[in-house]
Amino acid sequence: MADPMKIRAQMKGDTADIRVLMSHAMETGQRKDNAGNTVPAHYIQSITVDVGGKRVLQGQTGPAVSRNPVFGFKVKGAKAGDKVVINWVDNKGDKRTDEATIS
Amino acid sequence: MDALRRTLLKGAGATGAIAAAVAAGVLKPSQVLAAEINRQAFEAKDVAGALKAAGAGNAAESKDIVIRAPDIAENGAVVPVEIVSNIPNTISLAVVVDKNPFPLTTAFDFANGAVPEMALRVKMGQTSLVEALAKTSDGKFYIAKKEVKVTVGGCGG
Repeated sequence: MADPMKIRAQMKGDTADIRVLMSHAMETGQRKDNAGNTVPAHYIQSITVDVGGKRVLQGQTGPAVSRNPVFGFKVKGAKAGDKVVINWVDNKGDKRTDEATIS
Repeated sequence: MDALRRTLLKGAGATGAIAAAVAAGVLKPSQVLAAEINRQAFEAKDVAGALKAAGAGNAAESKDIVIRAPDIAENGAVVPVEIVSNIPNTISLAVVVDKNPFPLTTAFDFANGAVPEMALRVKMGQTSLVEALAKTSDGKFYIAKKEVKVTVGGCGG
């Protein structure tokens, strides 16, 4: 199981500013290790973000997202105290769900 | 399929089974999430192929999409990119790096008040155009481009 995500969610005016850092190797499948063997691809494939029980974002990612991906999103109409739930699934079927509260 | 059966045997629950099915390629994530941009687009090896698979072969250039990225990125493994769409009714945004082995990096769908903008960090193998693709609710595609010079590549090596 991967390490927890770091989620920061703050209200700025009427918009919630959500930042998330996921802990993931994001191997591209292009890289070779010291012995010259190709390191198999291992990357996050899909991400969903729910705020206050509603799906606000769903996305797909390829191997070209940086290691330990950081994403920033903005959601209008959210309010302080709303729960932010972020989930990812990688190409090996590993997954992780973390939540935070908008402050 | 082996992985799928094992997950089921373990009784990891329905979501586990779906994740395993996705991993085994039985279920494409687009079927699970009903995504706007389909998964095949991520496997395309050139920009034209990626855009075509995404259904955006005839995307119109637009100045209403803003790409914030460095002109010169010192480290191709971590290139901060921010894209903002000022086109009304944008429901989906994608980031494409022209010269990467798989050009399509991310595609996000927005709903329920999410503002059509996102910030992320991508890998770039070499100096290339970064393209932002926006889809509106009437099914039209718009695109904007910006060149980012890379001094040290971030793919392979």
